[in-house]
Amino acid sequence: MATTPVEPTPETKSGIPKPVSAGTLLRFSTAGSVDDGKSTLIGRLLYDSQAVLEDQLASVKKSKINRAAGPIDFSLLTDGLRAEREQGITIDVAYRYFSTPRRKFIIADTPGHEQYTRNMATGSSTADASVVLVDATKGVLRQSRRHAYIAHLLGVQHIIAAVNKMDLVGFSQDVFERIVAEFQQFASQLGIRNVYAVPVSALEGDNVVRGSKRMPWFSGPALLEYLEQLPASGASPDAPLRFPVQYVIRPDASFRGFAGQVASGTLHAGQSVVALPSKVKTRIRSIVAFENEPLSAAPGDSVTVTLEDEIDISRGDILAGEEQLPSVGTALQAMIVWMHHEPLDPHKIYLLKHTARTVRARIHQIRYRVDINTLEQLPSKKLDMNDIAKVDVKTTLPLFFDPYRLNRTTGSFIVIDPLTNVTVGAGIIEGAIEEQQQASQRRHSTREERVLRFGHPSGAVWLKGRPHVAELLERRLFDEGWHVQLAGPNDFLAHELVTVAKAYQLSGHITIFSPLDDGTDQKRVVRAIYGPDAFFAVKIDDDTDEEATERIMKVLRKWRDKQSDSQKENS
Amino acid sequence: MPLLEASRLEHLKMLEAESIFILREAAAEFAHPVMLYSIGKDSSVMLRLAQKAFYPGKIPFPLLHIDTNYKFPEMIEFRDWYARHVGAELIVHKNQKALDEGANPYDLGTQKCCGLLKTRSLLDGLAEGGFDAAFGGARRDEEKSRAKERVYSFRDSLGQWDPKNQRPELWNLYNGRHHKGESIRVFPLSNWTEFDVWLYIHAEKIPIVPLYFAKEREVVVRGNSILVLQTGVHLLPGEKPQMVKCRMRSLGCVPCTGAIRSDADTVPKIIEEMISFRRSERENRVIDHDEEGSMELKKREGYF
Repeated sequence: MATTPVEPTPETKSGIPKPVSAGTLLRFSTAGSVDDGKSTLIGRLLYDSQAVLEDQLASVKKSKINRAAGPIDFSLLTDGLRAEREQGITIDVAYRYFSTPRRKFIIADTPGHEQYTRNMATGSSTADASVVLVDATKGVLRQSRRHAYIAHLLGVQHIIAAVNKMDLVGFSQDVFERIVAEFQQFASQLGIRNVYAVPVSALEGDNVVRGSKRMPWFSGPALLEYLEQLPASGASPDAPLRFPVQYVIRPDASFRGFAGQVASGTLHAGQSVVALPSKVKTRIRSIVAFENEPLSAAPGDSVTVTLEDEIDISRGDILAGEEQLPSVGTALQAMIVWMHHEPLDPHKIYLLKHTARTVRARIHQIRYRVDINTLEQLPSKKLDMNDIAKVDVKTTLPLFFDPYRLNRTTGSFIVIDPLTNVTVGAGIIEGAIEEQQQASQRRHSTREERVLRFGHPSGAVWLKGRPHVAELLERRLFDEGWHVQLAGPNDFLAHELVTVAKAYQLSGHITIFSPLDDGTDQKRVVRAIYGPDAFFAVKIDDDTDEEATERIMKVLRKWRDKQSDSQKENS
Repeated sequence: MPLLEASRLEHLKMLEAESIFILREAAAEFAHPVMLYSIGKDSSVMLRLAQKAFYPGKIPFPLLHIDTNYKFPEMIEFRDWYARHVGAELIVHKNQKALDEGANPYDLGTQKCCGLLKTRSLLDGLAEGGFDAAFGGARRDEEKSRAKERVYSFRDSLGQWDPKNQRPELWNLYNGRHHKGESIRVFPLSNWTEFDVWLYIHAEKIPIVPLYFAKEREVVVRGNSILVLQTGVHLLPGEKPQMVKCRMRSLGCVPCTGAIRSDADTVPKIIEEMISFRRSERENRVIDHDEEGSMELKKREGYF
């Protein structure tokens, strides 16, 4: 039960010893797989900085599952889930915490294998720095490149190359320098300007927390020393103000406060701001707080402000500095990381959460997919889980956004499947797409524009004598995001058919005609209006309603995909 | 004289801002949120953050305490006083049926007892109130399986957690969408450590239950545990009560929460003690030690 003695620590006058906690917070990510020593490195950081507690260490020692790697298997400290301990792998992002006398650290610890690209992206999304592991015995492998690329894509400011396992290459300066040169070359291709490279042995502790006597040729700070002095990136206070309104506080009729977290810039009483989307100008009256009302607020501060004028603002609106407003629009270009095993469907309506706004959107075009091993841009018709691609996005309501490289908050969004509610993608905004928009404001919408929005051209399904199938089909198509309508036997008179079918055809909808019987003539007339390519006469034998519906949907999906492909080729 | 210099509190400001963001986000997005209030130090911090998040408005959701009937009397007293003091609505829920049938940790063992009086009771309490989101004070540094917990943790219609199928969580864009019957557990203190919690309690002068402070208490020493004698703690043959200066490091039920020997009777002394300490706070909780991975199993079933 005796506590392990800790190193004597200098005491302050008040009796609080100096170490532990201080200064700011630094978030960094790591990525790696089983044998590159990532867990050992993190375990070493936690152990040497004393964030590993005695009883946790004891539970590692008594663990039934043992991967035996020396006296203490550090990786058992970090792999939290049962499945991970059993399989000896890291599946998910795990967050670890430790403090030094200088600052608090949060590590986003992620798996490194390609099939976990999405986890790496998740870990990088909030990181100020990334520690990229390079195995000194193997050189710069794909895995290290992948991690550097993802970190850079997600806007991580500081990339650190930790060249590990130096003990296995005799602490050789030549090996280290060769690897660093290789890494630098790759990094400069990506546009990463600053890389700090440090030779370490996680297993034996060289250059992790303290410098190494075995590598006198290296004069730079040890990994932890370097991380301790890095500026936390955060948004710039000099950038234009972005204050997305999260919550409106109205305790009574006399008070209306707008609560949110400052995304960039600063706020102070008397400052002129513009509210979006209304574009109304007003001034900040005060910053309200539980105690000690602050005079100003900086990026990252969660505050509540009151305004000089009574204007209509609700959650999802944004207060911006008048000197530079964000882009306002419904069409944007973004890099997207796909995160779900169901591939991206360019015809489907997704939900897009951006700041405090959730809108409906289509990711209607894939410009290219990035091979994250070679960084090649490849043409692609679909996006699978862990794919990264450049895409065009169209939203139903405007967003107020900035490019991600200028603002991580107003430049990012997540994609949600409206049926399953699962997060399926993450988006990094590059900018607005403007060309077509302005032109289209001057004339009425065209067939092409309707196809783009609806995701399919107009078409007719002729379904005789099965009203239940017609209804079920209409519902299913509607739920899948199709623009569809039902034309039942009682919806119009026989002599109106030509007029009605022409109007339906022009509207761009899929129309399900559900007559009681085939007047042969009627079928021929409708077929002529739609043309043979967009007319589907369905013969149902003794299929159940369910089977028949599924069969028709399959045909329609195939047709739709063929249409959109040929349209792309034409454009 | 300030005990902690301003520069040292910088990271607390960042944690506070993040937690307030999370509280506001969930309050805005869910129809019926509730705050799980466990009376412990983390709950006290979470409650203060909620006061700040919605000031000058009131906290826009009720507090829910799952009372196992085996809590320390000091905790219940503190709970009722503090909820009144803060001006929050307090709901207390007990699994009365199990209690009437005699559920207790001595006969059932800790796992079964927790299952009935905490997990079951919690799920029933949430269902009864029709709550679609519940704030909890859990932190990722508490225990290994919590390190992978999301800030917004999705629970299916049975309240279960599926650790292998969690929603990705990027930036501060939390996805709270759910179908009817499903719910989200929201953890505003995810990124706090035990040490941060104490620093904040000190900096903000947040009231906490006196059990956290050391004093002479009548206890029984059993193996590595020091159990405070209260109604309900059964002495085993040969055990004798004794007076020990001790305090609680975390608060749970009387029979399952051990005290530690300590002289720390003020918050600064507790902070000082923590620095010289090398044991994690849940170490004195019997429930976490039933078997390796026991917290993960409990969480899968719906425990916080």
